[in-house]
Amino acid sequence: MSELRELYQEVILDHNKHPRNFHEMPGADRQAEGFNPLCGDQLTVYLKLGADQKIEDLSFVGSGCAISKASASLMTDALKGKSFSEAKAIFEKFHSMVTASPGLEAPDGLGKLAVLAGVCEFPARVKCASLAWHTLNSALDGSSEAVTTE
Amino acid sequence: MSVHAKTAEKMTGDSMMKTQGSKLEFNLKKIREEFPALHQKVHGKPLVYLDNAASTQKPRAVIEKLHHYYTWDNANIHRGVHTLSQRATDEYEAAREKVRAFIHAQKTSEVIFTRGTTESINLVAQTYGRQNIKAGDEIIISHMEHHSNIVPWQMLVEQIGAQLKVVPVTDAGELDLEAYQNMLSEKTKLVAMVHVSNSLGTINPMKKIIDVAHQAGVPVLVDGAQSVNHLEINVQELDADFFVFSGHKLFAPTGIGVLYGKESLLENMPPYQGGGDMIRQVSFEKTTYNDLPYKFEAGTPHIAGAIGLGAAIDYVQELGMSQLASYEKEVLDYATKALSALPGLKVIGQAKEKTSVLSFVLQDIHPHDIGTILDNEGVAVRAGHHCTMPLMQRFGVPATVRASFAFYNSFEEVDALLEAIKKVQEVFKG
Ligand SMILES: Cc1ncc(COP(=O)(O)O)c(C=O)c1O
Repeated sequence: MSELRELYQEVILDHNKHPRNFHEMPGADRQAEGFNPLCGDQLTVYLKLGADQKIEDLSFVGSGCAISKASASLMTDALKGKSFSEAKAIFEKFHSMVTASPGLEAPDGLGKLAVLAGVCEFPARVKCASLAWHTLNSALDGSSEAVTTE
Repeated sequence: MSVHAKTAEKMTGDSMMKTQGSKLEFNLKKIREEFPALHQKVHGKPLVYLDNAASTQKPRAVIEKLHHYYTWDNANIHRGVHTLSQRATDEYEAAREKVRAFIHAQKTSEVIFTRGTTESINLVAQTYGRQNIKAGDEIIISHMEHHSNIVPWQMLVEQIGAQLKVVPVTDAGELDLEAYQNMLSEKTKLVAMVHVSNSLGTINPMKKIIDVAHQAGVPVLVDGAQSVNHLEINVQELDADFFVFSGHKLFAPTGIGVLYGKESLLENMPPYQGGGDMIRQVSFEKTTYNDLPYKFEAGTPHIAGAIGLGAAIDYVQELGMSQLASYEKEVLDYATKALSALPGLKVIGQAKEKTSVLSFVLQDIHPHDIGTILDNEGVAVRAGHHCTMPLMQRFGVPATVRASFAFYNSFEEVDALLEAIKKVQEVFKG
Protein backbone atom coordinates (compact mmCIF):
# COMPACT_ATOMS: atom_id res chain seq x y z
CA MET A 1 0.00 0.00 0.00
CA SER A 2 2.88 2.39 0.72
CA GLU A 3 4.05 2.68 -2.90
CA LEU A 4 0.41 3.19 -3.83
CA ARG A 5 0.13 6.04 -1.35
CA GLU A 6 3.32 7.45 -2.83
CA LEU A 7 1.76 7.30 -6.27
CA TYR A 8 -1.68 8.57 -5.38
CA GLN A 9 -0.77 11.44 -3.09
CA GLU A 10 -3.30 14.05 -2.05
CA VAL A 11 -1.82 16.59 -4.44
CA ILE A 12 -2.19 14.22 -7.37
CA LEU A 13 -5.75 13.28 -6.49
CA ASP A 14 -6.56 16.96 -6.11
CA HIS A 15 -5.10 17.88 -9.51
CA ASN A 16 -6.94 14.95 -11.03
CA LYS A 17 -10.24 16.12 -9.61
CA HIS A 18 -9.67 19.81 -10.18
CA PRO A 19 -7.16 20.11 -12.98
CA ARG A 20 -5.64 23.59 -13.30
CA ASN A 21 -5.58 25.45 -16.61
CA PHE A 22 -8.00 22.89 -17.97
CA HIS A 23 -9.53 24.70 -20.91
CA GLU A 24 -9.10 25.35 -24.59
CA MET A 25 -7.23 28.49 -25.55
CA PRO A 26 -8.72 30.60 -28.30
CA GLY A 27 -5.93 32.39 -30.13
CA ALA A 28 -3.21 30.03 -28.92
CA ASP A 29 0.07 30.44 -30.78
CA ARG A 30 0.82 26.75 -30.68
CA GLN A 31 -1.05 23.61 -29.92
CA ALA A 32 -0.23 19.93 -30.04
CA GLU A 33 -2.09 16.71 -29.55
CA GLY A 34 -0.85 13.67 -27.65
CA PHE A 35 -2.12 10.08 -27.57
CA ASN A 36 -1.33 7.06 -25.55
CA PRO A 37 -2.62 4.37 -27.91
CA LEU A 38 -2.23 1.69 -25.28
CA CYS A 39 -4.87 3.14 -22.99
CA GLY A 40 -6.62 5.68 -25.18
CA ASP A 41 -5.44 8.70 -23.16
CA GLN A 42 -5.69 11.77 -25.29
CA LEU A 43 -4.87 15.40 -24.62
CA THR A 44 -4.29 18.70 -26.34
CA VAL A 45 -1.82 21.27 -25.03
CA TYR A 46 -2.18 24.98 -25.91
CA LEU A 47 0.34 27.70 -25.43
CA LYS A 48 0.69 31.40 -25.91
CA LEU A 49 4.13 32.84 -26.57
CA GLY A 50 5.37 35.98 -24.88
CA ALA A 51 8.38 38.12 -25.61
CA ASP A 52 11.83 36.46 -25.56
CA GLN A 53 10.52 32.99 -26.28
CA LYS A 54 8.65 32.81 -23.01
CA ILE A 55 5.61 30.65 -22.30
CA GLU A 56 3.10 33.32 -21.45
CA ASP A 57 0.12 31.02 -21.03
CA LEU A 58 -0.35 27.28 -21.01
CA SER A 59 -3.47 25.09 -20.85
CA PHE A 60 -4.72 21.63 -21.74
CA VAL A 61 -7.85 19.58 -22.36
CA GLY A 62 -8.34 15.86 -22.76
CA SER A 63 -9.11 12.64 -20.98
CA GLY A 64 -6.89 10.26 -19.15
CA CYS A 65 -6.04 8.59 -15.90
CA ALA A 66 -5.29 10.42 -12.65
CA ILE A 67 -1.56 10.29 -13.29
CA SER A 68 -1.67 11.76 -16.78
CA LYS A 69 -4.19 14.42 -15.82
CA ALA A 70 -2.40 15.47 -12.64
CA SER A 71 0.90 15.54 -14.47
CA ALA A 72 -0.55 17.77 -17.19
CA SER A 73 -2.14 20.03 -14.62
CA LEU A 74 1.04 20.35 -12.55
CA MET A 75 3.03 20.95 -15.70
CA THR A 76 0.90 23.88 -16.79
CA ASP A 77 1.29 25.45 -13.35
CA ALA A 78 5.01 24.87 -13.26
CA LEU A 79 5.93 26.13 -16.71
CA LYS A 80 3.90 29.28 -17.07
CA GLY A 81 6.28 32.21 -17.42
CA LYS A 82 9.29 29.99 -18.15
CA SER A 83 11.43 30.40 -21.22
CA PHE A 84 11.65 27.60 -23.78
CA SER A 85 15.07 26.53 -22.56
CA GLU A 86 13.99 26.60 -18.92
CA ALA A 87 10.94 24.52 -19.79
CA LYS A 88 13.08 22.00 -21.64
CA ALA A 89 15.49 21.75 -18.74
CA ILE A 90 12.61 21.06 -16.34
CA PHE A 91 11.26 18.45 -18.75
CA GLU A 92 14.66 16.70 -18.71
CA LYS A 93 14.71 16.64 -14.93
CA PHE A 94 11.14 15.50 -14.71
CA HIS A 95 11.77 12.71 -17.16
CA SER A 96 14.79 11.43 -15.30
CA MET A 97 12.80 11.53 -12.06
CA VAL A 98 9.94 9.36 -13.33
CA THR A 99 12.28 6.90 -15.04
CA ALA A 100 14.80 6.70 -12.18
CA SER A 101 15.52 3.51 -10.29
CA PRO A 102 13.18 3.44 -7.30
CA GLY A 103 14.67 4.73 -4.08
CA LEU A 104 16.71 7.59 -5.54
CA GLU A 105 16.12 11.10 -4.31
CA ALA A 106 14.06 13.31 -6.60
CA PRO A 107 16.30 15.88 -8.30
CA ASP A 108 16.20 19.45 -6.93
CA GLY A 109 14.41 22.28 -8.57
CA LEU A 110 11.24 20.48 -9.53
CA GLY A 111 9.11 22.04 -6.83
CA LYS A 112 5.63 20.61 -6.67
CA LEU A 113 6.37 18.29 -9.58
CA ALA A 114 8.31 16.12 -7.14
CA VAL A 115 4.98 14.59 -6.02
CA LEU A 116 5.15 12.53 -9.21
CA ALA A 117 8.39 10.83 -8.11
CA GLY A 118 6.36 7.77 -7.04
CA VAL A 119 5.69 6.97 -10.68
CA CYS A 120 9.14 5.40 -10.99
CA GLU A 121 7.87 2.48 -8.88
CA PHE A 122 5.28 1.79 -11.58
CA PRO A 123 7.07 1.46 -14.91
CA ALA A 124 3.77 0.81 -16.69
CA ARG A 125 2.66 4.31 -15.73
CA VAL A 126 5.67 6.34 -16.89
CA LYS A 127 3.95 6.93 -20.21
CA CYS A 128 0.92 8.35 -18.45
CA ALA A 129 3.06 10.77 -16.47
CA SER A 130 5.04 11.95 -19.46
CA LEU A 131 2.30 12.24 -22.09
CA ALA A 132 1.58 15.94 -21.44
CA TRP A 133 5.28 16.71 -21.42
CA HIS A 134 6.02 15.06 -24.73
CA THR A 135 3.04 16.86 -26.16
CA LEU A 136 4.23 20.22 -24.87
CA ASN A 137 7.68 19.50 -26.22
CA SER A 138 6.26 18.99 -29.65
CA ALA A 139 4.28 22.24 -29.35
CA LEU A 140 7.47 24.05 -28.38
CA ASP A 141 9.22 22.57 -31.39
CA GLY A 142 6.34 23.76 -33.50
CA SER A 143 5.66 20.30 -34.85
CA SER A 144 2.18 19.64 -36.11
CA GLU A 145 2.42 15.86 -35.91
CA ALA A 146 0.36 14.25 -33.15
CA VAL A 147 2.58 12.81 -30.45
CA THR A 148 2.15 9.23 -29.39
CA THR A 149 3.84 7.51 -26.52
CA GLU A 150 4.39 4.31 -28.46
CA MET B 1 -29.56 -17.59 -5.06
CA SER B 2 -28.36 -14.70 -2.95
CA VAL B 3 -24.74 -13.70 -2.92
CA HIS B 4 -24.64 -14.73 0.72
CA ALA B 5 -25.89 -18.20 0.14
CA LYS B 6 -23.40 -18.55 -2.65
CA THR B 7 -20.53 -17.35 -0.49
CA ALA B 8 -21.43 -19.86 2.18
CA GLU B 9 -21.21 -22.75 -0.21
CA LYS B 10 -18.55 -21.40 -2.46
CA MET B 11 -15.84 -23.59 -3.74
CA THR B 12 -13.23 -23.98 -1.07
CA GLY B 13 -10.73 -25.27 -3.55
CA ASP B 14 -10.03 -28.28 -1.38
CA SER B 15 -13.08 -30.36 -1.68
CA MET B 16 -14.60 -32.02 -4.62
CA MET B 17 -17.96 -30.39 -4.60
CA LYS B 18 -21.24 -30.41 -6.33
CA THR B 19 -22.77 -27.05 -6.95
CA GLN B 20 -26.49 -26.72 -6.98
CA GLY B 21 -28.41 -26.93 -10.18
CA SER B 22 -25.64 -27.76 -12.56
CA LYS B 23 -24.65 -31.17 -11.13
CA LEU B 24 -21.13 -30.00 -11.51
CA GLU B 25 -18.38 -32.25 -10.32
CA PHE B 26 -15.34 -30.21 -10.31
CA ASN B 27 -12.06 -30.56 -8.52
CA LEU B 28 -10.80 -27.03 -8.67
CA LYS B 29 -7.73 -27.66 -6.58
CA LYS B 30 -6.59 -30.39 -8.90
CA ILE B 31 -7.25 -28.24 -11.94
CA ARG B 32 -5.32 -25.32 -10.50
CA GLU B 33 -2.36 -27.59 -9.82
CA GLU B 34 -2.13 -28.17 -13.55
CA PHE B 35 -1.41 -24.47 -14.16
CA PRO B 36 2.03 -23.63 -12.72
CA ALA B 37 1.79 -19.88 -13.47
CA LEU B 38 -1.15 -19.49 -11.10
CA HIS B 39 0.99 -20.30 -8.09
CA GLN B 40 3.07 -17.20 -7.68
CA LYS B 41 3.01 -13.96 -5.79
CA VAL B 42 2.77 -10.54 -7.34
CA HIS B 43 3.68 -7.54 -5.18
CA GLY B 44 3.74 -9.97 -2.26
CA LYS B 45 0.14 -11.12 -2.83
CA PRO B 46 -1.06 -14.39 -4.37
CA LEU B 47 -1.64 -13.87 -8.06
CA VAL B 48 -5.31 -13.62 -9.01
CA TYR B 49 -5.26 -13.94 -12.79
CA LEU B 50 -8.42 -12.44 -14.27
CA ASP B 51 -7.15 -11.44 -17.71
CA ASN B 52 -8.10 -14.62 -19.50
CA ALA B 53 -9.83 -12.89 -22.39
CA ALA B 54 -6.45 -11.39 -23.30
CA SER B 55 -4.55 -14.64 -22.94
CA THR B 56 -4.93 -17.77 -20.85
CA GLN B 57 -2.37 -19.56 -18.71
CA LYS B 58 -1.01 -22.88 -19.93
CA PRO B 59 -1.61 -26.27 -18.34
CA ARG B 60 1.27 -28.61 -17.61
CA ALA B 61 0.08 -30.87 -20.43
CA VAL B 62 0.85 -28.12 -22.95
CA ILE B 63 4.12 -27.03 -21.37
CA GLU B 64 5.34 -30.62 -21.21
CA LYS B 65 4.30 -31.27 -24.78
CA LEU B 66 6.44 -28.34 -25.95
CA HIS B 67 9.29 -29.55 -23.79
CA HIS B 68 9.02 -33.01 -25.26
CA TYR B 69 8.84 -31.72 -28.80
CA TYR B 70 11.94 -29.57 -28.49
CA THR B 71 13.78 -32.27 -26.56
CA TRP B 72 13.09 -35.16 -28.93
CA ASP B 73 11.18 -34.42 -32.11
CA ASN B 74 12.37 -31.03 -33.30
CA ALA B 75 12.82 -30.97 -37.08
CA ASN B 76 11.25 -29.38 -40.11
CA ILE B 77 8.09 -30.96 -41.41
CA HIS B 78 7.03 -32.35 -44.78
CA ARG B 79 10.65 -32.19 -45.89
CA GLY B 80 12.75 -34.94 -44.41
CA VAL B 81 12.91 -38.65 -44.86
CA HIS B 82 14.64 -38.88 -41.54
CA THR B 83 12.96 -40.04 -38.36
CA LEU B 84 12.72 -36.74 -36.50
CA SER B 85 11.15 -34.98 -39.45
CA GLN B 86 8.68 -37.81 -39.71
CA ARG B 87 7.80 -37.58 -36.03
CA ALA B 88 7.41 -33.81 -36.20
CA THR B 89 5.23 -34.08 -39.29
CA ASP B 90 3.05 -36.75 -37.71
CA GLU B 91 2.53 -34.71 -34.57
CA TYR B 92 1.80 -31.54 -36.53
CA GLU B 93 -0.77 -33.29 -38.70
CA ALA B 94 -2.26 -35.05 -35.67
CA ALA B 95 -2.83 -31.60 -34.15
CA ARG B 96 -4.67 -30.53 -37.28
CA GLU B 97 -6.97 -33.52 -36.93
CA LYS B 98 -7.56 -32.62 -33.27
CA VAL B 99 -8.62 -29.14 -34.31
CA ARG B 100 -10.94 -30.59 -36.92
CA ALA B 101 -12.64 -32.84 -34.41
CA PHE B 102 -12.79 -30.03 -31.82
CA ILE B 103 -14.68 -27.62 -34.09
CA HIS B 104 -16.48 -30.44 -35.92
CA ALA B 105 -15.25 -29.60 -39.37
CA GLN B 106 -15.95 -32.11 -42.08
CA LYS B 107 -12.43 -32.42 -43.42
CA THR B 108 -8.99 -32.07 -41.91
CA SER B 109 -7.85 -30.22 -45.01
CA GLU B 110 -10.26 -27.42 -44.12
CA VAL B 111 -8.11 -26.56 -41.10
CA ILE B 112 -5.31 -24.11 -41.88
CA PHE B 113 -2.73 -23.14 -39.29
CA THR B 114 -2.00 -19.42 -39.03
CA ARG B 115 -0.38 -17.13 -36.48
CA GLY B 116 -3.75 -16.36 -34.93
CA THR B 117 -7.13 -14.76 -35.38
CA THR B 118 -5.63 -11.60 -36.82
CA GLU B 119 -3.66 -13.38 -39.51
CA SER B 120 -6.63 -15.61 -40.37
CA ILE B 121 -8.85 -12.59 -40.95
CA ASN B 122 -6.21 -10.80 -43.03
CA LEU B 123 -5.76 -13.95 -45.07
CA VAL B 124 -9.46 -14.13 -45.92
CA ALA B 125 -9.65 -10.39 -46.64
CA GLN B 126 -6.71 -10.42 -49.03
CA THR B 127 -7.56 -13.65 -50.84
CA TYR B 128 -11.29 -14.32 -50.75
CA GLY B 129 -12.05 -10.61 -50.35
CA ARG B 130 -9.87 -9.41 -53.20
CA GLN B 131 -11.19 -12.10 -55.47
CA ASN B 132 -14.90 -11.79 -54.75
CA ILE B 133 -15.61 -8.26 -53.57
CA LYS B 134 -15.72 -5.41 -56.06
CA ALA B 135 -16.17 -1.66 -56.12
CA GLY B 136 -19.61 -0.70 -54.82
CA ASP B 137 -20.05 -3.93 -52.83
CA GLU B 138 -20.61 -4.00 -49.09
CA ILE B 139 -19.15 -5.91 -46.15
CA ILE B 140 -21.11 -6.09 -42.91
CA ILE B 141 -19.38 -6.08 -39.53
CA SER B 142 -20.68 -5.00 -36.12
CA HIS B 143 -20.03 -2.22 -33.65
CA MET B 144 -18.59 -4.73 -31.17
CA GLU B 145 -15.75 -6.02 -33.34
CA HIS B 146 -12.17 -6.30 -32.17
CA HIS B 147 -9.86 -4.06 -34.20
CA SER B 148 -8.62 -7.19 -35.92
CA ASN B 149 -12.06 -7.70 -37.45
CA ILE B 150 -12.32 -4.04 -38.47
CA VAL B 151 -8.98 -2.92 -39.85
CA PRO B 152 -8.36 -5.76 -42.37
CA TRP B 153 -11.77 -4.98 -43.89
CA GLN B 154 -11.08 -1.25 -43.89
CA MET B 155 -7.85 -1.93 -45.74
CA LEU B 156 -9.69 -4.10 -48.23
CA VAL B 157 -12.54 -1.67 -48.92
CA GLU B 158 -10.00 1.09 -49.47
CA GLN B 159 -8.11 -1.05 -51.94
CA ILE B 160 -11.17 -1.98 -53.97
CA GLY B 161 -13.62 0.87 -53.41
CA ALA B 162 -16.18 -1.15 -51.47
CA GLN B 163 -18.03 -0.11 -48.32
CA LEU B 164 -18.14 -1.21 -44.71
CA LYS B 165 -21.53 -1.43 -42.97
CA VAL B 166 -21.69 -1.57 -39.20
CA VAL B 167 -24.48 -3.30 -37.26
CA PRO B 168 -25.36 -1.23 -34.17
CA VAL B 169 -25.24 -2.51 -30.60
CA THR B 170 -28.02 -1.96 -28.04
CA ASP B 171 -27.56 -0.43 -24.59
CA ALA B 172 -27.45 -3.90 -23.09
CA GLY B 173 -24.58 -4.75 -25.40
CA GLU B 174 -26.47 -6.97 -27.82
CA LEU B 175 -26.50 -6.85 -31.59
CA ASP B 176 -29.43 -5.02 -33.17
CA LEU B 177 -30.59 -7.96 -35.25
CA GLU B 178 -33.34 -6.05 -36.98
CA ALA B 179 -30.87 -3.46 -38.19
CA TYR B 180 -28.65 -6.31 -39.34
CA GLN B 181 -31.41 -7.91 -41.40
CA ASN B 182 -32.25 -4.59 -42.99
CA MET B 183 -28.62 -4.01 -43.86
CA LEU B 184 -28.31 -7.15 -45.97
CA SER B 185 -28.83 -6.44 -49.65
CA GLU B 186 -27.66 -7.54 -53.08
CA LYS B 187 -24.63 -5.37 -52.49
CA THR B 188 -23.57 -7.39 -49.45
CA LYS B 189 -20.76 -9.76 -50.33
CA LEU B 190 -19.57 -10.83 -46.88
CA VAL B 191 -20.56 -10.72 -43.22
CA ALA B 192 -17.67 -10.77 -40.72
CA MET B 193 -18.91 -11.00 -37.17
CA VAL B 194 -17.60 -11.70 -33.71
CA HIS B 195 -19.11 -14.75 -32.03
CA VAL B 196 -18.43 -13.58 -28.47
CA SER B 197 -17.46 -9.99 -27.67
CA ASN B 198 -14.10 -9.71 -25.91
CA SER B 199 -15.12 -6.44 -24.22
CA LEU B 200 -18.68 -7.27 -23.18
CA GLY B 201 -18.87 -11.06 -23.12
CA THR B 202 -22.00 -10.96 -25.29
CA ILE B 203 -22.67 -14.24 -27.09
CA ASN B 204 -24.09 -13.36 -30.47
CA PRO B 205 -26.79 -15.62 -31.96
CA MET B 206 -24.42 -16.86 -34.63
CA LYS B 207 -26.66 -19.57 -36.05
CA LYS B 208 -29.32 -16.99 -36.74
CA ILE B 209 -26.85 -14.44 -38.10
CA ILE B 210 -25.51 -17.04 -40.53
CA ASP B 211 -28.96 -18.32 -41.57
CA VAL B 212 -30.13 -14.83 -42.41
CA ALA B 213 -26.98 -14.10 -44.40
CA HIS B 214 -27.23 -17.36 -46.28
CA GLN B 215 -30.82 -16.62 -47.22
CA ALA B 216 -29.40 -13.55 -48.92
CA GLY B 217 -26.66 -15.65 -50.48
CA VAL B 218 -23.91 -14.05 -48.38
CA PRO B 219 -21.07 -16.02 -46.76
CA VAL B 220 -20.10 -15.39 -43.13
CA LEU B 221 -16.74 -15.23 -41.36
CA VAL B 222 -17.02 -15.91 -37.64
CA ASP B 223 -14.41 -14.41 -35.30
CA GLY B 224 -14.28 -17.21 -32.75
CA ALA B 225 -11.37 -15.85 -30.69
CA GLN B 226 -13.56 -15.60 -27.58
CA SER B 227 -16.02 -18.41 -28.28
CA VAL B 228 -13.81 -21.39 -29.00
CA ASN B 229 -12.64 -21.38 -25.37
CA HIS B 230 -16.12 -21.10 -23.80
CA LEU B 231 -18.65 -22.72 -26.13
CA GLU B 232 -18.80 -26.00 -27.95
CA ILE B 233 -18.17 -25.17 -31.57
CA ASN B 234 -19.70 -27.05 -34.46
CA VAL B 235 -18.86 -25.24 -37.67
CA GLN B 236 -21.07 -27.55 -39.71
CA GLU B 237 -24.11 -27.04 -37.54
CA LEU B 238 -23.46 -23.29 -37.58
CA ASP B 239 -22.84 -23.59 -41.30
CA ALA B 240 -20.02 -21.06 -40.90
CA ASP B 241 -18.13 -20.33 -44.10
CA PHE B 242 -15.01 -19.24 -42.23
CA PHE B 243 -14.29 -19.67 -38.53
CA VAL B 244 -11.10 -18.20 -37.04
CA PHE B 245 -9.44 -18.34 -33.63
CA SER B 246 -6.16 -18.04 -31.70
CA GLY B 247 -4.51 -20.80 -29.71
CA HIS B 248 -3.30 -18.59 -26.89
CA LYS B 249 -6.81 -17.88 -25.62
CA LEU B 250 -7.44 -21.63 -25.55
CA PHE B 251 -4.60 -22.53 -23.14
CA ALA B 252 -2.18 -23.12 -26.04
CA PRO B 253 0.97 -21.21 -27.04
CA THR B 254 0.97 -17.78 -28.69
CA GLY B 255 1.78 -17.54 -32.37
CA ILE B 256 -0.54 -20.31 -33.48
CA GLY B 257 -4.11 -19.99 -34.67
CA VAL B 258 -6.59 -21.46 -37.07
CA LEU B 259 -8.50 -20.56 -40.17
CA TYR B 260 -11.32 -22.97 -40.87
CA GLY B 261 -12.93 -22.53 -44.27
CA LYS B 262 -15.36 -24.58 -46.28
CA GLU B 263 -13.44 -26.60 -48.83
CA SER B 264 -15.45 -25.21 -51.72
CA LEU B 265 -14.38 -21.67 -50.78
CA LEU B 266 -10.76 -22.44 -49.92
CA GLU B 267 -10.29 -24.37 -53.17
CA ASN B 268 -11.13 -21.33 -55.23
CA MET B 269 -9.16 -18.80 -53.23
CA PRO B 270 -5.73 -17.67 -54.44
CA PRO B 271 -2.80 -18.27 -52.08
CA TYR B 272 -2.00 -15.64 -49.45
CA GLN B 273 1.77 -15.85 -49.21
CA GLY B 274 4.19 -17.52 -51.56
CA GLY B 275 7.05 -19.72 -50.51
CA GLY B 276 8.05 -23.21 -49.56
CA ASP B 277 5.47 -25.91 -48.79
CA MET B 278 2.63 -24.10 -50.54
CA ILE B 279 3.75 -25.19 -54.01
CA ARG B 280 3.61 -28.37 -56.00
CA GLN B 281 6.03 -27.44 -58.72
CA VAL B 282 8.09 -24.36 -59.29
CA SER B 283 9.78 -23.25 -62.44
CA PHE B 284 10.57 -19.72 -63.51
CA GLU B 285 7.84 -19.93 -66.10
CA LYS B 286 5.06 -21.31 -63.95
CA THR B 287 4.35 -22.45 -60.43
CA THR B 288 1.52 -24.76 -59.45
CA TYR B 289 0.15 -24.60 -55.96
CA ASN B 290 -0.17 -27.33 -53.43
CA ASP B 291 -3.46 -28.84 -52.26
CA LEU B 292 -5.38 -27.72 -49.20
CA PRO B 293 -4.45 -26.95 -46.52
CA TYR B 294 -0.81 -26.51 -47.60
CA LYS B 295 -1.65 -23.93 -50.24
CA PHE B 296 -2.17 -21.48 -47.37
CA GLU B 297 0.76 -22.54 -45.20
CA ALA B 298 3.79 -21.01 -46.88
CA GLY B 299 7.10 -21.41 -45.11
CA THR B 300 8.01 -23.30 -41.98
CA PRO B 301 5.03 -22.97 -39.65
CA HIS B 302 4.91 -22.79 -35.86
CA ILE B 303 5.26 -26.54 -35.53
CA ALA B 304 5.61 -26.63 -31.76
CA GLY B 305 2.71 -24.20 -31.42
CA ALA B 306 0.39 -26.42 -33.44
CA ILE B 307 1.41 -29.45 -31.42
CA GLY B 308 0.84 -27.46 -28.23
CA LEU B 309 -2.60 -26.47 -29.48
CA GLY B 310 -3.38 -30.13 -30.00
CA ALA B 311 -2.36 -30.83 -26.40
CA ALA B 312 -4.52 -27.94 -25.14
CA ILE B 313 -7.52 -29.29 -27.02
CA ASP B 314 -6.98 -32.75 -25.52
CA TYR B 315 -6.80 -31.15 -22.09
CA VAL B 316 -10.04 -29.14 -22.26
CA GLN B 317 -11.90 -31.95 -23.97
CA GLU B 318 -11.00 -34.30 -21.19
CA LEU B 319 -12.46 -31.87 -18.67
CA GLY B 320 -15.50 -31.35 -20.88
CA MET B 321 -16.25 -28.01 -22.49
CA SER B 322 -19.86 -27.87 -21.34
CA GLN B 323 -18.95 -28.58 -17.73
CA LEU B 324 -16.26 -25.89 -17.84
CA ALA B 325 -18.74 -23.43 -19.29
CA SER B 326 -21.31 -24.15 -16.58
CA TYR B 327 -18.74 -23.57 -13.89
CA GLU B 328 -17.53 -20.32 -15.48
CA LYS B 329 -21.13 -19.16 -15.63
CA GLU B 330 -21.47 -19.67 -11.88
CA VAL B 331 -18.31 -17.66 -11.26
CA LEU B 332 -19.57 -14.92 -13.56
CA ASP B 333 -22.97 -14.76 -11.86
CA TYR B 334 -21.36 -14.61 -8.45
CA ALA B 335 -18.97 -11.87 -9.55
CA THR B 336 -21.65 -9.87 -11.33
CA LYS B 337 -23.86 -9.87 -8.24
CA ALA B 338 -21.04 -8.99 -5.89
CA LEU B 339 -19.59 -6.20 -8.01
CA SER B 340 -22.93 -4.70 -9.00
CA ALA B 341 -23.65 -4.18 -5.31
CA LEU B 342 -20.69 -1.82 -4.96
CA PRO B 343 -21.72 1.83 -4.96
CA GLY B 344 -20.65 3.68 -8.08
CA LEU B 345 -19.81 0.53 -10.04
CA LYS B 346 -21.47 0.10 -13.40
CA VAL B 347 -21.26 -3.09 -15.43
CA ILE B 348 -20.84 -2.44 -19.15
CA GLY B 349 -22.39 -5.24 -21.18
CA GLN B 350 -25.52 -6.77 -19.73
CA ALA B 351 -26.49 -9.14 -22.50
CA LYS B 352 -28.74 -12.06 -21.62
CA GLU B 353 -26.27 -14.53 -23.08
CA LYS B 354 -22.74 -13.92 -21.86
CA THR B 355 -19.46 -15.70 -21.35
CA SER B 356 -17.39 -14.99 -18.26
CA VAL B 357 -16.36 -11.42 -19.05
CA LEU B 358 -17.14 -8.65 -16.60
CA SER B 359 -16.41 -5.15 -17.88
CA PHE B 360 -17.06 -2.23 -15.59
CA VAL B 361 -16.42 1.39 -14.75
CA LEU B 362 -16.20 2.75 -11.21
CA GLN B 363 -17.34 6.26 -10.34
CA ASP B 364 -15.16 8.61 -12.34
CA ILE B 365 -11.98 6.73 -11.55
CA HIS B 366 -10.01 6.01 -14.68
CA PRO B 367 -9.67 2.27 -15.45
CA HIS B 368 -5.90 2.66 -15.65
CA ASP B 369 -5.69 3.80 -12.08
CA ILE B 370 -7.93 0.93 -11.05
CA GLY B 371 -5.72 -1.51 -12.97
CA THR B 372 -2.58 -0.30 -11.20
CA ILE B 373 -4.15 -0.56 -7.75
CA LEU B 374 -5.60 -4.01 -8.47
CA ASP B 375 -2.20 -5.17 -9.72
CA ASN B 376 -0.69 -3.96 -6.50
CA GLU B 377 -3.12 -6.31 -4.75
CA GLY B 378 -2.04 -9.19 -6.99
CA VAL B 379 -5.17 -9.00 -9.14
CA ALA B 380 -4.46 -8.99 -12.90
CA VAL B 381 -7.19 -7.42 -15.03
CA ARG B 382 -7.21 -5.57 -18.31
CA ALA B 383 -7.77 -1.83 -18.17
CA GLY B 384 -8.22 -0.05 -21.45
CA HIS B 385 -10.23 -0.12 -24.65
CA HIS B 386 -9.60 -3.85 -25.28
CA CYS B 387 -8.90 -3.15 -28.96
CA THR B 388 -12.54 -2.13 -29.40
CA MET B 389 -12.33 1.66 -29.54
CA PRO B 390 -15.57 2.10 -31.53
CA LEU B 391 -17.42 0.05 -28.91
CA MET B 392 -16.01 2.18 -26.09
CA GLN B 393 -17.27 5.27 -27.91
CA ARG B 394 -20.65 3.60 -28.24
CA PHE B 395 -20.86 3.33 -24.46
CA GLY B 396 -19.40 6.79 -23.92
CA VAL B 397 -16.37 5.61 -21.95
CA PRO B 398 -12.69 5.90 -22.91
CA ALA B 399 -11.97 2.54 -21.37
CA THR B 400 -13.25 -0.09 -18.96
CA VAL B 401 -11.80 -2.46 -16.42
CA ARG B 402 -12.31 -6.02 -17.58
CA ALA B 403 -12.18 -9.07 -15.36
CA SER B 404 -12.40 -12.22 -17.46
CA PHE B 405 -12.62 -15.61 -15.83
CA ALA B 406 -11.42 -19.06 -16.83
CA PHE B 407 -12.44 -22.37 -15.31
CA TYR B 408 -9.38 -22.29 -13.04
CA ASN B 409 -10.60 -19.17 -11.25
CA SER B 410 -12.20 -19.65 -7.84
CA PHE B 411 -14.93 -17.88 -5.92
CA GLU B 412 -12.26 -16.74 -3.48
CA GLU B 413 -10.54 -14.97 -6.32
CA VAL B 414 -13.73 -13.08 -7.02
CA ASP B 415 -13.71 -12.07 -3.35
CA ALA B 416 -10.10 -10.91 -3.75
CA LEU B 417 -11.16 -8.80 -6.72
CA LEU B 418 -13.94 -7.31 -4.65
CA GLU B 419 -11.59 -6.44 -1.79
CA ALA B 420 -9.10 -4.91 -4.21
CA ILE B 421 -11.82 -2.72 -5.71
CA LYS B 422 -12.65 -1.52 -2.23
CA LYS B 423 -8.97 -0.53 -1.91
CA VAL B 424 -9.37 1.55 -5.04
CA GLN B 425 -12.32 3.34 -3.51
CA GLU B 426 -10.30 3.92 -0.37
CA VAL B 427 -7.37 5.45 -2.28
CA PHE B 428 -9.68 7.69 -4.29
CA LYS B 429 -12.12 8.65 -1.55
CA GLY B 430 -12.64 12.27 -0.65
C1 LIG C 1 -12.79 -11.09 -30.38
C2 LIG C 1 -11.34 -11.07 -30.74
N1 LIG C 1 -10.99 -11.05 -32.03
C3 LIG C 1 -9.71 -11.05 -32.41
C4 LIG C 1 -8.68 -11.03 -31.49
C5 LIG C 1 -7.27 -11.00 -31.98
O1 LIG C 1 -6.59 -12.14 -31.64
P1 LIG C 1 -5.03 -12.27 -31.87
O2 LIG C 1 -4.42 -11.04 -31.31
O3 LIG C 1 -4.66 -13.50 -31.10
O4 LIG C 1 -4.81 -12.41 -33.33
C6 LIG C 1 -9.00 -11.05 -30.14
C7 LIG C 1 -7.95 -11.07 -29.12
O5 LIG C 1 -7.52 -10.12 -28.55
C8 LIG C 1 -10.36 -11.06 -29.76
O6 LIG C 1 -10.70 -11.06 -28.47
